[in-house]
Amino acid sequence: MKSLLARGSELSSSSEQLKILTDVSEKKSLPLFETKLEGSGLAPFLPTRIEILQVNVGKLCNQTCKHCHVDAGPDRKEIMSQETMRQCLDVLTGSEIPVLDITGGAPEMNPNFRWFVEEASGLGRKVLVRCNLTILLAGEKFRDLPEFFAANRVEIVSSLPYFQKRRTDAQRGEGVFDKSVEALRRLNSVGYGIPGSGLVLNLVYNPAGAFLPGGQSTLEGDFKKELKSQFGVDFNSLFTITNMPISRFLEYLIESGNLEEYMEKLVSSYNPAAAVGVMCRNTLSVGWDGNLYDCDFNQMLDLPVAGTVRTIGDFHLASLEKRKIRLHQHCYGCTAGSGSSCGGAIA
Amino acid sequence: MAQETTYYKPEDLKKFGNIGEFEPDLAKKFFDYYGAVFADGALSAKEKSLIALAVAHVVQCPYCIDAYTADSLEKGVTEEQMWEAIHVGAAIRGGASLVHSVQALNKVKELSI
Ligand code: SF4
Ligand code: SF4
Repeated sequence: MKSLLARGSELSSSSEQLKILTDVSEKKSLPLFETKLEGSGLAPFLPTRIEILQVNVGKLCNQTCKHCHVDAGPDRKEIMSQETMRQCLDVLTGSEIPVLDITGGAPEMNPNFRWFVEEASGLGRKVLVRCNLTILLAGEKFRDLPEFFAANRVEIVSSLPYFQKRRTDAQRGEGVFDKSVEALRRLNSVGYGIPGSGLVLNLVYNPAGAFLPGGQSTLEGDFKKELKSQFGVDFNSLFTITNMPISRFLEYLIESGNLEEYMEKLVSSYNPAAAVGVMCRNTLSVGWDGNLYDCDFNQMLDLPVAGTVRTIGDFHLASLEKRKIRLHQHCYGCTAGSGSSCGGAIA
Repeated sequence: MAQETTYYKPEDLKKFGNIGEFEPDLAKKFFDYYGAVFADGALSAKEKSLIALAVAHVVQCPYCIDAYTADSLEKGVTEEQMWEAIHVGAAIRGGASLVHSVQALNKVKELSI
């Protein structure tokens, strides 16, 4: 499978995606997300404090998962430059933001990835890498990543949609499950996910289709039991994340005839308690080109932060913490049911 | 089109809550009870979802089949577990028919030389 962009799909345009979300909302008389927040006493919707700098170092990836909100893939060439990474590090140095969350694409494919991780970890910040697992098996160049991660005390967050091959491969590509298990074993072998090692390996569960994630702790129990008994694999926590109705998952929803029902489900499952804790309130997202967004989803929809500070080079904490968060109908994905963020369920 | 000519309409499932329009007190009692039945207890909510899926097939309620297939998926149930549950329902249903054949057997013996 190729990215939407390489296929020349209309959906590769963010304005087209936003139009589809608006149209379906009008057709089904779904309330605006902003109105819903007002009803919960959360307007205007403001950040609390920036605690996580989430940096998307590029859209290049060795996979082309069907649920990818980045539309990442081997054909995407957008890559963050070392200069922009340096600006991100300067922001960390000049602030007390405790967490750097590195994402992509497959962030490890950025040629300056290791330098970036080493510099950030040298600053004494918690460094989180969103590793898709199969990259560890993508060639010689990536083989020693587990040791590299361990040496820099990186916290790893990896998507594994299910503890069985069928659903995982359907969502992330043929053969991904077996490779992911092999990668997890390698991470375990250097201490990741092993109690007492201090090396954290968290997994992310995404529903393999047009339904919401179930209870995080029950699913974590199932994953632990199955991965251990079937494959001898250990991990720390499972984060349940709702698939956002954007990009390639939006394409799936439209093609499978599930879009209207999925949006209705997200809206009817709106949970004000989850809305209070959505990740845009404590995260600032940096695009591969240095532009700033409220979250990775707004980044992919080309909805930049409101206000005068637009790039990481112009970072100014006080004004950014006063900005109003940009909202649209996709935001219902973060507030449905138990809620969904980069760290899993919220409420 | 086929959908329009059947009695059951998938979108009607969403209107289940509206049954309280004419008898709100009883509807509330039912939905409170329903909620309590499906909460985690001595059986997990996931196990209850599988039981509901099996029963939905036995009583052949299209709404319940839709609802508990989706609910099972949400709860992380595997397809194997779902189909085993459906077969349990089918086996009980088949067995319930067949076990009555003991009565036929008795009658055959009673009437035969
Ligand atoms: S979901 Fe992750 S691994 Fe899959 S294509 Fe997107 S960036 Fe790559
Ligand atoms: S999609 Fe982004 S902006 Fe919208 S609620 Fe979620 S995190 Fe916040």
